Amino acid sequence: MKHLKAVNKKARRIEEYVASAYGDIYGQQERGGAKPAPRPHYPIGCSVVFSPGWEVDSAGGTAGLCQPAERDLYDCYITCYWPAQVPDHYNNYPDWTSKCASATKDWRDIDLVFP
Amino acid sequence: MSAVAEVLYSQAEFRRFAASGEEFLYLVPSGGIFGVSPAVRDALDLLEAGPVAAEDLLAGLVAKGYSLADADGIVTELFQARVIRDQTGYADPPQEAVEDFPLQSLVLNLTNQCNLSCQYCYEYGEDKVATPEGKPKFMDETVARASVDHLFASAQGRRAVHITFFGGETLMNFPLLKWVVEYGKSKARETGQYLDFSLTTNGTLLSEPVIEFLAKNDIGVTVSMDGAKEAHDALRVFANGKGSYDIVAPKVKALIARHKSRPIAARVTMTQQVTNVKEIFHHLRHELGFAEVGFAPVTAAPDRLYTIQTKKMDSVLDQFRELAYEYRDYAVQGKAHGFSNVSDTLAELHAGINKSHPCGAGLGLVGVGPSGDIAPCHRFVDSDEHALGNVLEGGMDKWKQKEFLAKGHIGAKYDCHSCWARPLCAGGCHHEAFVRYGDTGHPNLHFCDWIRDWTGICLEIYGDIAVQNPAFLDAFEKRKALQ
Repeated sequence: MKHLKAVNKKARRIEEYVASAYGDIYGQQERGGAKPAPRPHYPIGCSVVFSPGWEVDSAGGTAGLCQPAERDLYDCYITCYWPAQVPDHYNNYPDWTSKCASATKDWRDIDLVFP
Repeated sequence: MSAVAEVLYSQAEFRRFAASGEEFLYLVPSGGIFGVSPAVRDALDLLEAGPVAAEDLLAGLVAKGYSLADADGIVTELFQARVIRDQTGYADPPQEAVEDFPLQSLVLNLTNQCNLSCQYCYEYGEDKVATPEGKPKFMDETVARASVDHLFASAQGRRAVHITFFGGETLMNFPLLKWVVEYGKSKARETGQYLDFSLTTNGTLLSEPVIEFLAKNDIGVTVSMDGAKEAHDALRVFANGKGSYDIVAPKVKALIARHKSRPIAARVTMTQQVTNVKEIFHHLRHELGFAEVGFAPVTAAPDRLYTIQTKKMDSVLDQFRELAYEYRDYAVQGKAHGFSNVSDTLAELHAGINKSHPCGAGLGLVGVGPSGDIAPCHRFVDSDEHALGNVLEGGMDKWKQKEFLAKGHIGAKYDCHSCWARPLCAGGCHHEAFVRYGDTGHPNLHFCDWIRDWTGICLEIYGDIAVQNPAFLDAFEKRKALQ
């Protein structure tokens, strides 16, 4: 730490914790997954992406949306921090959308997943 | 769906203090103490008036001359150490009491009889919690053996265990004390644990053979004394009303002259009549030669004649402060001062302790009375209401223990949740709480301001020593290492 100088024993532990849990991916895995030290919270995902016209169009239907309603599926599993009920594509189901080239047309080909 | 959520930073819980020209933060609840750079001061100043949006905080730091990268570094560091927080806060409730906490200390009340009649005594005085009627007055070997066995059976995994002898007047049952020392040592040899002993006494029965035994067996000794003759004799009297100073003082001198392996301590009970702290300290430390002197206010209902009234406690604080500064001046030169209220607090500050309970009572420490009843600590011994089991009949009652600990847990003391001194105080003595409020889990609200002021003084001294002679603080780590 550059700006805080640990003085007592507990402060030294805090310092070690922050140092060990921050930026040392290999170390985190070795230690059985120490939580990474929190960084200040900058919101990511759909809360900062302006994606208009999801829910309904001006007529109250879904035909005239700027983006297809099926786009929702991807918003929930890639950009959103919210744990939506979609498979995780980072670790366990990397291929669950591989047959779906275009969400609007192929959404029926998205795999079902039974965890 | 798409507005950007604004991130607001605010100061988390801490106390800022300055010592020897440097600035520090005492973080609550972690108990960490950090020295801070001017950059941290600048960032905290920006948050002084309340929450500030993330970008405004960064912009504020840039306006003070930091680069954007530096500003981000400062904010990140403060956030990680939990000096500042965002509006999500932290979901870190205090830890629950551990189910199976190994015992470390056993207080044996060898007898509930005493040859003195101190008016304020919590065992016999007006506010006593003990109900000794129909119970044995002296502990016997059967109970002592069961108690020591209970200690070792419940202390698995501990490197060191302690037995403290207590009373009544402890030395009125000296034969049993000797027996326990032998028996305890044989048990410790079996288990390979380190065992040490200490006792508290009124000093009237410190004969030559007793002193010899205590010295040979490295038994720590605390003598209850209230100062020089006038102060001591005000309340520490025999049944006929005669003061005990003239009997005790020469025996204490003999003890201190012979027993060198452990620091001999005096323990002073402050009352409305006895609050001349500085004078008492200097008498006990320099005229009688005690290595350490500790003070505690009498525990009593608010309307007793000897209960210290608020104004007096303020004067006690002023004197504590002066003595504490004296302690600091000694510490800076690497010398032992002997005011144990300061060293106890500094040791806790240095460790960065953050207590779930005010003390180890019912957790790592229990008291056992002559009847074999287990009490949360020596102050509750012989009280039916507070018994947590019996060493002869199945040991600790885990349900009662759990109930006692749940009541005393800091999480249950709502008054404490916004107090910065809670990592050390945790609401204060269970016994004091029971006498004042009829509930062992009630925070000692009558001491709050006092405790905060005192903790503030100790923080300042801690900072001074950390700047001027940090090596002095290492000694506290060694002291704790044996446990």
